Amino acid sequence: MLIAVISLTTLGVVLGTLLGLASRHFRVEGNPVVAEVESLMPGSNCGQCGFPGCAGAAAAIVNGNAQPTCCPPGGKALAQAVAARLGLSLDLSTVADAGPQLAMVAEEICIGCCRCIKSCPSDAILGGAKQIHNVLREACNGCASCIERCPTGAIGLKPVPVTLQNWVWPNPTSA
Amino acid sequence: MGIFDKIFRQLGRGEPWGVHPDEHKRPASEAPIRTLPVPPLLYIPFSQHVGAAAEPIVHVGQKVLKGECLAVAKGTISAPVHASTSGEIIAIGPITAPHPSGLEIMAITLRSDMEDRWLPLEAIVDPLAAAPEVLARQVADAGIVGLGGATFPASVKLGLGRRSGIKTLILNGSECEPYLSCDDRLMRERADGVIRGAVLMRHATGAREVRIGIEDNKPEAIVAMRAAAAGVADVSICVVPARYPMGSDRQLIIELTGIEVPAEARAADVGVLVHNVGTAHAIHQAIDLGRPLVSRVMTLNGAALRQPGNYEVLIGTVVDDLIAFSGGMRNTPARLVMGGPMMGQVLPSPLVPVVKGCSGILALSAEEVAQGEPGPCIRCGSCTKACPVGLLPLEMNARIAAGALDGAVGLGLHDCIGCGCCAYVCPSHIPLVQAFNHAKGELAAQARIRQRNEATRKLAQARTERLEREAREKAEAAARRAAERKAQKARDAASAAPEQANSEGAPA
Amino acid sequence: MTATTEILLLLLSTALVNNVVLVKFLGLCPALGVSKNMDAALGMGLATTFVITLASALCWMLDHWLLARFGLGFLRILTFILVIAAAVQFVEMVIRKTSPGLYQSLGIYLPLITTNCAVLGVALLNVQQNAGFMKSVLYGFGSALGFTLVMLIFAGLRERLALARVPAAFTGAPSAFITISLLSLAFMGFSGLIS
Repeated sequence: MLIAVISLTTLGVVLGTLLGLASRHFRVEGNPVVAEVESLMPGSNCGQCGFPGCAGAAAAIVNGNAQPTCCPPGGKALAQAVAARLGLSLDLSTVADAGPQLAMVAEEICIGCCRCIKSCPSDAILGGAKQIHNVLREACNGCASCIERCPTGAIGLKPVPVTLQNWVWPNPTSA
Repeated sequence: MGIFDKIFRQLGRGEPWGVHPDEHKRPASEAPIRTLPVPPLLYIPFSQHVGAAAEPIVHVGQKVLKGECLAVAKGTISAPVHASTSGEIIAIGPITAPHPSGLEIMAITLRSDMEDRWLPLEAIVDPLAAAPEVLARQVADAGIVGLGGATFPASVKLGLGRRSGIKTLILNGSECEPYLSCDDRLMRERADGVIRGAVLMRHATGAREVRIGIEDNKPEAIVAMRAAAAGVADVSICVVPARYPMGSDRQLIIELTGIEVPAEARAADVGVLVHNVGTAHAIHQAIDLGRPLVSRVMTLNGAALRQPGNYEVLIGTVVDDLIAFSGGMRNTPARLVMGGPMMGQVLPSPLVPVVKGCSGILALSAEEVAQGEPGPCIRCGSCTKACPVGLLPLEMNARIAAGALDGAVGLGLHDCIGCGCCAYVCPSHIPLVQAFNHAKGELAAQARIRQRNEATRKLAQARTERLEREAREKAEAAARRAAERKAQKARDAASAAPEQANSEGAPA
Repeated sequence: MTATTEILLLLLSTALVNNVVLVKFLGLCPALGVSKNMDAALGMGLATTFVITLASALCWMLDHWLLARFGLGFLRILTFILVIAAAVQFVEMVIRKTSPGLYQSLGIYLPLITTNCAVLGVALLNVQQNAGFMKSVLYGFGSALGFTLVMLIFAGLRERLALARVPAAFTGAPSAFITISLLSLAFMGFSGLIS
């Protein structure tokens, strides 16, 4: 009886010490995976995912608190990249991806208040005080952070228009 | 060549790649080329080539002459477009594109004055003595693009050939697509012009020799071209077996030179340049006559037509006008195709213009487009045998159907030339090439989004840095002002103190 | 019989004839869980190989020098689990440090090696057979090789199965179970390999 107790205790103490030493020796500073995932994200810190910035979202995705599909500006492409990096299987058919979107200013109700300009994370909106603003298509990534700032509701998201340059053949229903 | 090399070559030979579809070239190929009269209205798109769209330099209401430049090239890979006839510009705006999507494209609408008056033309006198750059410039100004259908700006390709030091210039006269016979007719009737173009291109690219590949199902064209090339040094006519897709540049290069262009490399990287015979003829016209590309020879074919044949058509002519001139339709076509039946594009309507890269218009009857219901893959491997680039279409399709595009890329999706042999031979009628086209488009779209995300990240970073800098500058400025105020106060205090001492009791 | 042939025979018989997964039905949880793609399956197989080999050695030492000496046979399972859990924790730390990608893709299954019955099963079978130290380690290593082999074969099959069109009711787990049972039948063919 005594021997059993002693030997089990000794075993536990020895193994515990070893593991403690190992955890000190093999400590990982931060999580390199989080940094890698963050480098995949758009980096505009628009906050549409509900996390504080892209770094927060990356950490949440890696820890499993968020889906790789949580980033609307990144869309399907980002979700796939992240899932491939993390080795997750992804059901893309459930992703509500409206495709790439662009902010558009309705010129007749824009009052030129400059609020949207200040909120744009990628400097995609041009304009001066009391001047009608406009969106640079090349710079806008459709993060929607400008929309709630507009006092007159002049900014809205529209899907990027389909042109001959970005048109894609439809998927033939085959197997 | 070592013995092992020989053995492997023998082992690797096996069944030849490609397919032999019904030709349907006759009777269209037997009638001489007819010139279409000037139509009343022409629609000339800005973008009839690979690369950036041309930029219009004319305005509505302007009167133009035939051959006048309407839009100039924008960027390095681009080509100008010219007025196909003399007349007045009545609109600049979107029209339905000659493209299966039926989307819109910007175009100039030209109302013909029926006089067809040319602009004074400037030919190059003695071009073979001129610098290659001068020829390339003339070709670029003439708006010549690859007339085989790829529509890559010809001058860019000439310059590329010169820079990468090509040895062999190949003219593609194989015309492997069924139904089409415009290159055949061009070689039969204008062989001298084609050979002259070949000589000019050889001079412009610095190539040593020219080989002209013609499929053995065009004996008359071979005879005519041989006669025209007789006595011209280093220009040889090579007869190649008739097999689809012999006209694909990579396949023709293997057949004529034995060199295989590596994946992700261009033909110029192995010292070869491929041009279409139609392009050669257009280059001859541009350099010797000074004529920009305003018309092309094209085939009108298909069982739904009353009178199939080959026509010289002004760029911008509406397909409907062309069909009406040819004698109209026998019955409503089941499908209208621009280009060949294998790789051509289905047209959304006959009310679209003929563009530079249009080698033919096919009005196919219901019997001709008969298509079986797709069934399950029986893993027969027919597509693997047919694939000219040695891919595994059935495996790629399985991955694309399961949404694993990366898996398909790993199997060489990017090397697929989209020739359609796989779908043609498939006994289960699986739309293989359609799936590959879709996957390629989808991958390109994903790449665009990645690029956009990348650009956004850079912009966001720049903004963060700017905001930080501004905040820092503001803080510094505030600190400076505070220090100045302090110093001022100190000075004031210092100067006030003696005054105070002097005039005591006076209000400060 | 020379020592080399004996080692080879031992490895063959543990890896193929007495395969842990397909013949003894041990360690089915990771075999079904981490066999969706080849990379993860290989990683899992290698990690398990390391743990099983290490655990066989540790458990042999524990059994001979402690349990047998003091007559504590009744503590066997308890102490074995303790040692195995510690070894797995150790492996987890090492993987996390050296290969974050593998760590992420193994995910929940890495700690599950702790409760992987193949690890404990092999250690207990060793004791049952009264094998010597070297033989125990080889037995563990061979079994683990068999585990890795099955993981790879099964993952390869599943990768292809994912592309096939199967009736909706059979997608996923059902077809995986059918596949692994067929694979198990195939492995029974090895039973007469070594007499």
